[in-house]
Amino acid sequence: MKEKSQILGNHAETMSEEQLVKFSSTVSPSTTKSYEEMGKELKDRIVKLLGRSLAIREVDAGSCNGCEIEIAALTNSIYDVERFGIHFVSSPRHADLLLVTGPASRNMEAALRRTYDATPGPKIVIAVGACALDGGIFGDTYATTAGIDKVVPVDVYIPGCPPRPELLVQGLLLAVNRLKR
Amino acid sequence: MLSISDIALGTVQVLVLMALSPLLTGIMRKTKARTQKRVGAGILQPYYDIEKLLRKDEVVSDQASWIFRVSPWVNFVAIVTAAFFIPVFLANSPFGLIGDLLLVVGLFSLARFFTMLAGLDVSSTFGGLGSSREMMISALLEPAVFLAIFVVAITYGGTSLSTIVESASNSAVLPHPQLIFAAIAMFVVMLGETGRLPFGNHETHLELTMVHEAMALEYSGKSLALMEWSQSIKQILLFALIANIFVPWGMASSASPYSIGIGMATFVIKVAALAVGVAFLESSVAKWRLFRLPDLVAIAIASSMIGLAFYYL
Repeated sequence: MKEKSQILGNHAETMSEEQLVKFSSTVSPSTTKSYEEMGKELKDRIVKLLGRSLAIREVDAGSCNGCEIEIAALTNSIYDVERFGIHFVSSPRHADLLLVTGPASRNMEAALRRTYDATPGPKIVIAVGACALDGGIFGDTYATTAGIDKVVPVDVYIPGCPPRPELLVQGLLLAVNRLKR
Repeated sequence: MLSISDIALGTVQVLVLMALSPLLTGIMRKTKARTQKRVGAGILQPYYDIEKLLRKDEVVSDQASWIFRVSPWVNFVAIVTAAFFIPVFLANSPFGLIGDLLLVVGLFSLARFFTMLAGLDVSSTFGGLGSSREMMISALLEPAVFLAIFVVAITYGGTSLSTIVESASNSAVLPHPQLIFAAIAMFVVMLGETGRLPFGNHETHLELTMVHEAMALEYSGKSLALMEWSQSIKQILLFALIANIFVPWGMASSASPYSIGIGMATFVIKVAALAVGVAFLESSVAKWRLFRLPDLVAIAIASSMIGLAFYYL
C-alpha cells in the first residue's frame, strides 16, 4: 500500500488505505484549484507532451458502472473535457490512455491484458475507483484479481467510489505528468 | 497540352484541399459541440490529432496480411488523385481533360473497396460488420450517384467537370429546374459517402452504430493518421463538388490573382456554410435503422428521376 500512496501524488501521502476507499463522490478533491484551472493545466501539459491531443479508451473490467457514469459525465456539457483536447475513442488501437474501472474480474482478465497489448505506445494506464485499486467492495475473491495492477502495469490510481469528474481530471493531469519520463 | 502554369495551378488546388480538409472536420465538430451547449474542441483539433498519431507506435494484428498494410496508402492515393479533377477555385480545372466525374466516382469506389478489404482482413468481428454494412450502403448509393451525375451531365452536355462547372458558372441563377432535384440526390449521396447521420455516426463508440469507423478500428499510429486524413479529404471533395456544381458563382474564370483570390474566398465560404449546415442536420436527426436507409436512397433516386423527366419536359 505504501507504494500506491506514493503514486497517488500530491495529497496521497497523508491518506491511509481506509481513507482512500472512503474517498467517495461526496468529498471534493483536496485541492484548491477549480475544475477549469486543472483542465487548463492539463491542456498545457498535453500540448507539451502529446501535441495537444489525448485519446482515451475506457475499459470496464467488471465494474458496477458507477465509475462509468462519472466518466461519461466528463463528456457532457458541464465538464466537457473535449475543450482540453481530450477525446474518447472506440478502439484501444486509437488510444494513448486506458481508463480501467472495476476489480478486474477473472472473466475480464485476459481481455484487459489483450487491450493493453493492443494499445500502441507511448501509453498510460489509469485505475479508476476503489475497486480498481484493490478490489474494493468486491474484495479479493476467487472471482476477482483484486486490483488492475495485478493484470497490467498501472501508472496512476484514482480512488473514490465513484471518483468525481474533478478528481478524474486531476488523475489525468497526474498521468500526463508521468508520461514525461 | 498542359502548360507549366496549368500544372502548378492544378497542384495548388489539390494542396489547398489537402490542407483545408482537417479544418472542415474541425468546423463540423465545433458546430455540433455548440448545438449541444458545449464549448467543444478547437477547430484545429483534427490537425493535432493527426500530428500526434504520426508520433505514435503502430500495433498490427498478427492476422493481418499485406492488404491491411497497403490499404491506407491505396485509400490516400486514390482520393488525392480524385482531388486533381475536382474544381476548387478555378472553373476550368487544369487536369479536367484527363479525367471526369465518372473517374472521380471510380476512384472513390477503389478507395472504399480497399477499406472494406482491410476491415475483413484482420478478422476482427467489427471490421467484418462494418465492411458488410459499407458494401450494402455503397451498392445502394451507386445508382443514385450515377443518376444524379447524368442529370447534371445532360443539362451541361458532358461529364467532364470543367465543362460542367464552366457552363454552370456562366449560366444565370437556376436556369435548369432539374438541377434542384439532382442537388437533393447529390446531398443524400454525400451524406452516405461520408458516413454522416442518418447513415452512420462519426462520434459513436458503440460498434453497433458504426459504419465507416468500424473498418478503421484496427488501425493505429501512422496508418490511422492516413486513414483519417483521407476521410477528411474525401469529405471536402464531396462538399466542393456539390458547392461548385450547384452553386458555381464566384469561381475564377481566369488565372489572374484577383479572380483567384475571389474564387478562394467564395470556395471557403461555400464549403464552410455547407459544413455548418450538415452539422446542424446531424444534430437534429438520429441514426436511422439500417434497413430504413434504402428508403432514403430511394428518395435520392426518385429525385434524380424527376430531374431527368424535367429535362425532357
